[in-house]
Amino acid sequence: MTYMKKKLNLLLLATAIMPLVAFAPSPKGYEVGDTVQDFRLKNFDGKMVSLADYKDQKGVILIFDCNTCPYSKAYNDRIIALHQNYQSKGFPVVTINANDPRMSPGDSFEHMVQRAKSRNYTFPYLIDESQEVARAFGATNTPHVFLLAKSGNAFVVSYIGAIDNNPQQADAADKRYVEEAIEALLAGKAVPTKKTRAVGCGIKYRNA
Amino acid sequence: MKKILWFAALILPWFSSQGQAPANARIVNLSELTTIMSRTSGNILVINFWATWCAPCIQELPLLEEVNASSPDVDVILVSMDLDLDPNPQKVYRFVTRRQLRSQVLLLNEPDPNSWINRLEPSWSGALPATLVIHPRTGKRIFVEGQLEEGELDNMLARVRQ
Repeated sequence: MTYMKKKLNLLLLATAIMPLVAFAPSPKGYEVGDTVQDFRLKNFDGKMVSLADYKDQKGVILIFDCNTCPYSKAYNDRIIALHQNYQSKGFPVVTINANDPRMSPGDSFEHMVQRAKSRNYTFPYLIDESQEVARAFGATNTPHVFLLAKSGNAFVVSYIGAIDNNPQQADAADKRYVEEAIEALLAGKAVPTKKTRAVGCGIKYRNA
Repeated sequence: MKKILWFAALILPWFSSQGQAPANARIVNLSELTTIMSRTSGNILVINFWATWCAPCIQELPLLEEVNASSPDVDVILVSMDLDLDPNPQKVYRFVTRRQLRSQVLLLNEPDPNSWINRLEPSWSGALPATLVIHPRTGKRIFVEGQLEEGELDNMLARVRQ
């Protein structure tokens, strides 16, 4: 085979493979027990926030959230309450919006700022513009909680999933997964329910 | 007295939550849904999980309606998850009527989704939309999360018919 033909064949092969690689499914994300990589994202006040900023806390209640999803709206008071109740115990809330604003215009940065200001957020509402952090975590719906616990110098995933088992009514929820998990961690006990699933709005990921 | 009775007879249906259900829509519990999904004969099932508040779900409805209308060996079932957030079925009924949806619409009424999501489909995160294609006789299943792309449903049907 001539040199040119070989090169052409390689080029053809590469071109044939490329779409397969481009549309490869996203990595599964973190599981309970995994150590989390640091991230650095822009907050609604324009400042940058990293997970490393929380190194002196006992953990972080990380929640993938958004403006537009009715589940997020139904849980908004509960998310604010989690921060109010657990920040002083070493578990502050950090929320991240990874929705692509072109697919979901109500989730643009400007709208995020409006939401955070009108609801007086005292915790970060970060924008994940590249969607890399959401993909790294394997976040699927909103709201989607990843409860992180400090272990040495690292943050370890301790619980993944829903806030509780009743989106409609906070006081009718008889399984409050996140609160249960935090109380267990604070008492040095094992988290009873480590992973749950909830119906919800899929995070608006751009195709790779 | 007669006037009051007439008035009541005319007004009452507006307040009845059962009164306005379209013929192709009804409320089911988990057990009724899983019974349908586990049938071993009859048409191929396309079970689509959607909700009236879910924009990508609404965008893919025409695709599903088209398959339901044009494929004699396929039954499309649109499973609404609306009741998870709002106990009143009226919004779904109005949507079905306004959009003239022809596929069967089942409103799933079953609390605590975490206790049963994996019974419907173990790999499902719970995010909407999601579509499950089932061949009753072979038991072959294909599941996809996210909005269906052009040709994707036809592809799933072709694969399940193999």
